[in-house]
Amino acid sequence: MESASISVSERRISTPSAWSQVLGFNVIWAVALSIGGYALGHWLGSKIGINSAPQTETDQDDVAILMGLGFAVLGWMIGLGFFNYPLARIAGRPATLREREEHGAWRYFRLCTDHKVVAIQYLVAVLFFFFVAGLNAMFIRSELTSANATLIPAGNYLTLVGLHGTMMLMMMSAGVLGPLGNYLVPLMIGSRRMAFPRIESLTMWLTVLAGFVLLSATLLGGFPTGWTGYAPLADQAAAGIDSYIVSFALIGISLALVGVNMIATVMTLRAPGMHWNRLPIFVWGMVTTSILAVLAAPVLLAALIMVVFDRTVETSFFITSSGGSPFLWDELFWFFGHPEVYILALPGFGIVLEILPVFARKPLWGYRLAVAGMFGVALMSFMVWQHHLFMSGINSDLRPFYMFTTELISIPTGIIFLNGMGTLWKARIRFTVPMLFALAFFFNFLIGGLSGVFLSDVTSDVVTHGSYFVMAHFHYTIMGGLVFALMGGIYFWLPKITGFNLNETLGKVHFWAMFIFFNLTFFPLFAAGMLGMPRRVDSYNAELHTLNVFVSVSAFCLGLSMLVFLINLVWSVMFRRERAEANPWQSKSLEWQLPSPVPVYNFERIPTITSHPYGYGTPEAPAVADFGPHVIAGEGGLA
Amino acid sequence: MSEAAAVSGGPGAEPRHGVRIATIWAVATAIVLPLVIWVVGPHIPPGAMSQQTRDQHQVDVVLTALATPIVLLIWVYFGYAVRVFRNHGTAVVDGPPITGNRRIEATWLIATSALVLGLAVFGTADLLATGGAGGGEGPNPVAKPADWRGALPVQVIGQQWLWTFRYPTYGGVETTTLELPVNREIEFHVTSLDVVHSFWAIELGVKADAVLGADNIAFDKPFETGPFQVRCDELCGLWHGHMNTTGRVLSDANFATWITNQERKNAALTKQLPPYSRVYYPSPLRNAS
Repeated sequence: MESASISVSERRISTPSAWSQVLGFNVIWAVALSIGGYALGHWLGSKIGINSAPQTETDQDDVAILMGLGFAVLGWMIGLGFFNYPLARIAGRPATLREREEHGAWRYFRLCTDHKVVAIQYLVAVLFFFFVAGLNAMFIRSELTSANATLIPAGNYLTLVGLHGTMMLMMMSAGVLGPLGNYLVPLMIGSRRMAFPRIESLTMWLTVLAGFVLLSATLLGGFPTGWTGYAPLADQAAAGIDSYIVSFALIGISLALVGVNMIATVMTLRAPGMHWNRLPIFVWGMVTTSILAVLAAPVLLAALIMVVFDRTVETSFFITSSGGSPFLWDELFWFFGHPEVYILALPGFGIVLEILPVFARKPLWGYRLAVAGMFGVALMSFMVWQHHLFMSGINSDLRPFYMFTTELISIPTGIIFLNGMGTLWKARIRFTVPMLFALAFFFNFLIGGLSGVFLSDVTSDVVTHGSYFVMAHFHYTIMGGLVFALMGGIYFWLPKITGFNLNETLGKVHFWAMFIFFNLTFFPLFAAGMLGMPRRVDSYNAELHTLNVFVSVSAFCLGLSMLVFLINLVWSVMFRRERAEANPWQSKSLEWQLPSPVPVYNFERIPTITSHPYGYGTPEAPAVADFGPHVIAGEGGLA
Repeated sequence: MSEAAAVSGGPGAEPRHGVRIATIWAVATAIVLPLVIWVVGPHIPPGAMSQQTRDQHQVDVVLTALATPIVLLIWVYFGYAVRVFRNHGTAVVDGPPITGNRRIEATWLIATSALVLGLAVFGTADLLATGGAGGGEGPNPVAKPADWRGALPVQVIGQQWLWTFRYPTYGGVETTTLELPVNREIEFHVTSLDVVHSFWAIELGVKADAVLGADNIAFDKPFETGPFQVRCDELCGLWHGHMNTTGRVLSDANFATWITNQERKNAALTKQLPPYSRVYYPSPLRNAS
């Protein structure tokens, strides 16, 4: 294995000159062409839409704005060169699987088919938008230090709420699938690539575009709907909602494609010997998440297209007085929305169950049960969406059914806890930073999960529905669950991804600050909700003022803890640059048997998998894979 | 070497962790559970102003009491594991290669399934028994309180960004404050004139979405006189956070006086209103943002 990094650098083909890199298809052109595309689309749209009834009635030019955004997407894709390969194929050029992988730093700013490059692009993009959305949360908490809406104008406040929610939801659904999924799944299953490398790159660049399109809502007057985009408020809203629609649609497309890619990769590109029961649990997490993404995201897309038609050509899908129904949006949105929240949970399960065995030095306890639990969560997540509509007045006779299915989900979720407990039984725990995050995941997710039982009970839900109780609940599951797991995953795998160690002391400071202030921020909000504070308000009962000030101060400290993480990340990777060992955690998993950072083509030869990756405690256990005699990378052909 | 003994996992070297954990858990539960039920429990919102809040309070106490042993089990287990099952020293030592245990897995599944089934049965029975528990049930409520036939109908109309209330049995008079008689079943009919709102009478324990073109019925029976807050619980645009009002529960005599006053005061206005209807159909696209 030692020779792998050398052999790859020897094989490096000549890098094109800087000029040809700048002039080639890259993100600079993408930005230019998307701005040009917006102008063109807006001009065309204003020609087409000038006499349309909605436009003359509402004094908004949605046709122009939506066409502008559509053309901007097209320009973005042309600029990045996503049409080059299909056009070349039409023109009769030979097929290649992969391209532009060894072009130095510029490959990070363009279409690159190396899954590791795409994953790093994803990581940077997701973290960037995570911090933007987190900053919005800081503004929201600043406003809530006063009971009477004093700091931020009401419209801006709602836009901040919408941006925070939508951006977090968008970025965190891609937050594990994109960076860690794309990076690790091929390495864990013994593949050199994802099944569809160009689609993989497309999903990443659509995610970046989606983030900026969503931010463009601030230039178009903001949007008042929060991340749920309830109709007919969305029909009525000013032009900023068009940005919400287009960005969410882009994420919907991106998510569905990520899912297809992930499932196809795991189905077809497993190395010889990688039987289904040897698949690392993280890969199962990615597969089940992908199933949800593929099945749920298209429903969101359909619903968003309906809003577009409502706003531009008066289709009245959601307008009661013209024969539509606001309930249609509720149903479609939550049919997507509930699986979506499990898209935000399953990757966390995968990460923590992958981290626990390494630092417990024990096999994953109850592997098959864990897989069954993940599939159980995935399957059942499609059967519970009406618990978001318990008070809406729709199908009230179905409430006991949805109460039952919602409570049923706690069985497969409980399985994950059993796996964690079993793995820790008589373990030899090492308290590294990733392990701390994995343990905190169980602490937080327990509170998140049990508060969900209160919400699933209709009688209790009458009090808590739509209140800060719900808000605290899903922050406990998404931030306390997924984000803690993601942080653990970043501390765990970043030495492999970048080849540099993160500072452990700063990591521990980050962990403890984040853990303590996360709980101090969100636990009191359960009480705020039960005492009568609805979500998304900028004024509240004065009796809740002290509580809110306390929460805001904790939230600011939580924000500061994220800065510690950012400093650690930037300092360790860009300045300190302490070389990581190939396997600093002594893991038995396949990805850690490769050099750090991983060579472009991952494996010199496709390895033969000989064992599941959790052979701890068995000295005579076989190595996870047979890498075969050393051969210069790439000689064996591409995957 | 103690580490070697630990790896081999000999029963002589290891204390009986399972017994210890179970003991700590049992003691912790015995101490904490009564505190939760009798010390914390009475303070769990939403109070006792109406039949519905009493039901909701009771359910929340039951759920909290059920959650307590589960939380303690997980906390005690993880606390014990973190304390005892740690790697001493810097050498990396493997734990015993236990990959699972069918009996524990089956027990866990049966226990969680039983708990969940119990919760679902309890929740359903409670929902039906309490007449919908104060939640919006749509135009044809399945769960009704026993004395629903004598209920006073009150229509709640949400619009950007205020609440108004109509009393169909009092000539369809529309008021800007919500006043209710005590000890009488109230049948709220919640509807909207534009976007989706949600009617939340906090101290009464009533919550029902207000949707254009939909008649969302919720029952409530206040037991105590006094003020209560009304807030909008579904994001409805710019002034969502300010869509509040206060209501009052009055004695029968006071309510009769109040409603007669309202009828007289608003007689001219009532004539100009559209006739009382379960739903109204204005265009929701009045550009309010």
